[in-house]
Amino acid sequence: MTDLTSLTIAEAREGLASKSFTARELTDAHLAAIEAARVLNAYVLETPDRAREMAMAADVKIARGDGGPLAGIPLGIKDLFATRDIRTTACSKILGNFIPPYESTVTSQLWRDGAVLLGKLNNDEFAMGSSNETSCFGPVTNPWRREGSNTTLVPGGSSGGSASAVAALLCMGATATDTGGSIRQPAAFTATVGIKPTYGRCSRWGIVAFASSLDQAGPIARTTRDAAILMRSMAGHDPKDTTSVDIAVPDYEAAIGKSVKSMKIGIPREYRLDGMPAEIEKLWSEGAQWLKAAGAELVEVSLPHTKYALPAYYIVAPAEASSNLARYDGVRYGLRDPGKNIIEMYENTRADGFGDEVRRRVLIGTYVLSAGYYDAYYLRAQKVRTLIKKDFEDCFAKGVNAILTPATPSAAFGIGEKGGADPVEMYLNDIFTVTVNMAGLPGIAVPAGKDTQGLPLGLQLIGRPFDEETLFSLGEVIEQAAGRFTAPKWW
Amino acid sequence: MSVDATTVRRIAHLARIAVSDAEVPHLQGELNAMLAFVEQLSEVDIEGVEPMTSVTPMEMKKRADVVNDGEIADVIVRNAPDTVNDFFLVPKVVE
Repeated sequence: MTDLTSLTIAEAREGLASKSFTARELTDAHLAAIEAARVLNAYVLETPDRAREMAMAADVKIARGDGGPLAGIPLGIKDLFATRDIRTTACSKILGNFIPPYESTVTSQLWRDGAVLLGKLNNDEFAMGSSNETSCFGPVTNPWRREGSNTTLVPGGSSGGSASAVAALLCMGATATDTGGSIRQPAAFTATVGIKPTYGRCSRWGIVAFASSLDQAGPIARTTRDAAILMRSMAGHDPKDTTSVDIAVPDYEAAIGKSVKSMKIGIPREYRLDGMPAEIEKLWSEGAQWLKAAGAELVEVSLPHTKYALPAYYIVAPAEASSNLARYDGVRYGLRDPGKNIIEMYENTRADGFGDEVRRRVLIGTYVLSAGYYDAYYLRAQKVRTLIKKDFEDCFAKGVNAILTPATPSAAFGIGEKGGADPVEMYLNDIFTVTVNMAGLPGIAVPAGKDTQGLPLGLQLIGRPFDEETLFSLGEVIEQAAGRFTAPKWW
Repeated sequence: MSVDATTVRRIAHLARIAVSDAEVPHLQGELNAMLAFVEQLSEVDIEGVEPMTSVTPMEMKKRADVVNDGEIADVIVRNAPDTVNDFFLVPKVVE
């Protein structure tokens, strides 16, 4: 029997249905892989007992013939999703030993459909970061290394644990969240597929909030098809999230293999940055040619406000974060540091509980919202956001079905290599992804090739609102042309 | 625009984060780097542009105004650092 951990979700689904193996065996294989890969630091909490219990329950249901679409599929859950009775920390010291008495809507839908919880995955503290280095549990290691090198590389972030675990075969798929690129950038760094759905597609209820007008949940998986399978279970209207949209969830898997003939693919000229590495440039035009070969039509488009997306994001996101993170006050949950009075208690608790990056963003957010500065910063950024969204609307109004861009400006970099002197250096990682959050659109990152050092690179497709299906169809074309990439096992 | 040391202290207090004197120059540098980065927004013509307040244009759904939860005070205080009889306990605020 082949190693069960190397199967895709689609293959495992078939194997379970044909009784080639049991859900318990599938889960046990993953638990053993997790134990042997602790050096990657992808999991911050392993839940083997819960996993075996859920797997055995899935086996009973599969035998009865009412298994559900994800019956027995072992998944990892980003530690930003509240899981009932299982520690949830957002990888921040300030949440301490928080044990949620409730379950996030997205994860509850995965369990409803029969999936198995393997454990909680590492991420940047409160999802603030692009390298998974800001986690209070320490950085995550990318299973990918440069050819002939032992240098430890980051898996990207903030969903670094999710991407690393999926790439290293430590789960069949993972939940992730994306506020500025936190699903797509780590997917690109690890040769996995990650999709940020349209804002409103997945409920945000029970997910630790970072920037509420930008946050969306989505899956990271090893194939486009697997991502589509997971998306169907994660998506859907939830009365507990007033921004979740009440429209039917399509069968995303049906979009896999669908013809992309005569689709119009926009190539935005503003994404051609000065000093862009030649290999990114090459990958991008290769991807365009693959889509063309599949019958799509390439058109050059213009998104004139692209360069303002990142600066506008670094006003909107910290502003919303400073407001959302006001709840960590040492009173209702998490850490408390004593003080002479209640104000000092708040100040000591928050100084001790927040890491450097989170503190920086709360401070900048507080500043841009403070009296006298709101109009100059926050209001201006929200107006720029309207213009960014309009760029895309104009483009789609001309008949463009999706937009093709690089996913990241480079391949994975080393731990400690970026952002030490200037935080903005790290922020530039999200230059191609952040526009999508600002406009609330769906975006998928698909592995498309390798750089000269043998590290994976990804392409991004940006779709019309609520048209994730087109992204899955196009993503599949790229996957078929580029092939799949697996990290050589060294751990 | 840039911030001085006094502003950094004022912002930190507004954000309820204790900052030591030794940390102020470093934080000031970081905040000013971010402010310098976002400065380029001032070149965008935003005349007559409405701020984006809703990502998806839609009418907010309202839930029925009914009690559908409750009697779970013990669950609500379960994660609190300090409680007494299902109340959150804080340092004395009223003399």
